[in-house]
Amino acid sequence: MFSYCSDPDTLETFRWFSCYLTTGVHMSFYVAFLKVLLLLAITAPVALAFGFAGAMAARSHFLPLRWLGKVYIAVVRGVPDIAFFLFFVIALDQAVEYLRHKMLCSGWDQPIRQGSDFVVCQAAKMPLSTAPQFIHETYGFFLAVITFAIVFGAFAANVLFGGMRAVPHAQLETAEAYGMSNRQTFWRILVPQMWVYALPGLSNLWMVLIKATPLLFLLGIEDIVYWARELGGTKTSKFTSYPHGDWRMWYFLVLLIFYLAFTRVSEVVLERVMVRLTHGQATSGGETQRKAVVQ
Amino acid sequence: MSCWQTVQDYALRSVGIGERLLPRDGFTLCEQITLIGSGMIWNIYFGVMALITGFFLATALAVAKGSGNRWLRKPAEWFIFVFRGSPLFIQFFFAYFLFLSLKGVNPFFDPFTAAWLGALIVLFLNTAAYTGEIFYGALRSIPKGDTEAADAYGMSGWPRFKRIVWPTMLRLAWPAYTNEAIFLFHATTLVFFSGFPAWQQRGDALYYASYFADKTFNPFVPYPILAGYFILFTLVIVSVFGLIGKQLNRHLPADRRSRPRFAATLMR
Repeated sequence: MFSYCSDPDTLETFRWFSCYLTTGVHMSFYVAFLKVLLLLAITAPVALAFGFAGAMAARSHFLPLRWLGKVYIAVVRGVPDIAFFLFFVIALDQAVEYLRHKMLCSGWDQPIRQGSDFVVCQAAKMPLSTAPQFIHETYGFFLAVITFAIVFGAFAANVLFGGMRAVPHAQLETAEAYGMSNRQTFWRILVPQMWVYALPGLSNLWMVLIKATPLLFLLGIEDIVYWARELGGTKTSKFTSYPHGDWRMWYFLVLLIFYLAFTRVSEVVLERVMVRLTHGQATSGGETQRKAVVQ
Repeated sequence: MSCWQTVQDYALRSVGIGERLLPRDGFTLCEQITLIGSGMIWNIYFGVMALITGFFLATALAVAKGSGNRWLRKPAEWFIFVFRGSPLFIQFFFAYFLFLSLKGVNPFFDPFTAAWLGALIVLFLNTAAYTGEIFYGALRSIPKGDTEAADAYGMSGWPRFKRIVWPTMLRLAWPAYTNEAIFLFHATTLVFFSGFPAWQQRGDALYYASYFADKTFNPFVPYPILAGYFILFTLVIVSVFGLIGKQLNRHLPADRRSRPRFAATLMR
């Protein structure tokens, strides 16, 4: 990166590190941090949407739909999330290939599962084996987002379901007395009010989501954990001009600090949002704020 | 080979008793259920040991965090912040590589790089931090009347803590603590995916489930088996904790008791 980096062996400590930390592979390491942020930015709204749909299903008047919602919430919460990550990544991939196989491979007469193999025709492979590396990576990332959304959608559904139930019943009865239909009551009265009840749970969920991002590593994505292991391992002078011992411990210390800073910042921001949202609400938090202003 | 034979061969495989070689092809349902169940031994070991040891440290942490002395309060606050603010997955990795470096300095640290001790220490510290925060919240919401009554009876120091503060704290914290126990139990599945090696393929339930999924390329059998085991054990935790909670709340009228539920809104 810097002009003096051409012969690292001769450099003193500070310069050596400034060269070492700006090598090409380290740049990939820094990009991986962005990947984590990108994953969070995409997953959070998608998971919230899943959660909203799940909560709506769980309080539906249509019995099978209600069961579906409740089973979704209970099963995902009862099983370790990491098991779901490992499961969905293969299951989703196979589901996509199976569907494409049904559509694209008309002349195929063999079974798809042959012993320990999952065989589809060339045209049904996803992504196609001819596709560039970029497509493969994006597809893997996309599967990860869906998996995260399914798992955290169940947690969000649980929180939103609780939030919907916490809205004072009198509010809904008033809406009914004004002649609103069920749908109108739901969208105009229930949904705007439920957020303040759901926010503590949702902010907790956001923290859990942040802390689940290193699991990307298990989904085969080159994320920060992958690079920390890769870069920290012992390097001899045979393969690199920056030989060093086993530094994995330090790399993971950096990740630890990154996550601590990230969760701390989130905590502060979410506290502010909570203050903003409780403003004027008929809750004990809102009441405290009102009194503080009056005095 | 009959299913009973498989159970005899593999039921204790994860602790090194029985058949050494894992099945390589033609996996039967019986083999999968037996081996994944065998792996559950590790999950139970980690869960129970971390929960019991973590309980005591958590009580100490909660008291320290609530104490007026800043030399006690600050370290407890930092400890809880570090372990609750960072992912357990990263903590496992960091601890493993830390123990690995320490091993190079002193052979005393040899056992720490093995999962049974190293991962247990991380889980112990982690659950102590989470539980400490729960207990701290409970300590702060102890009704004022209870402590005032203790003062009026002339209780102070250790008897006051042992007979009034601690039982009330446990009672208030119990539903959240149940939830923590469930999540801790789920977190034990991370051990063998985070640096700690599964020596001689003696892994936990998820380790065997992913072994089968890799070999058969069919996730639809091993993972539902694993899910079944976990839902079963989650129900066991809920009922055991429910019984203890009942014992803690036995002096209260029935309608004021709060029972832990399977799907509580709290989470770690």
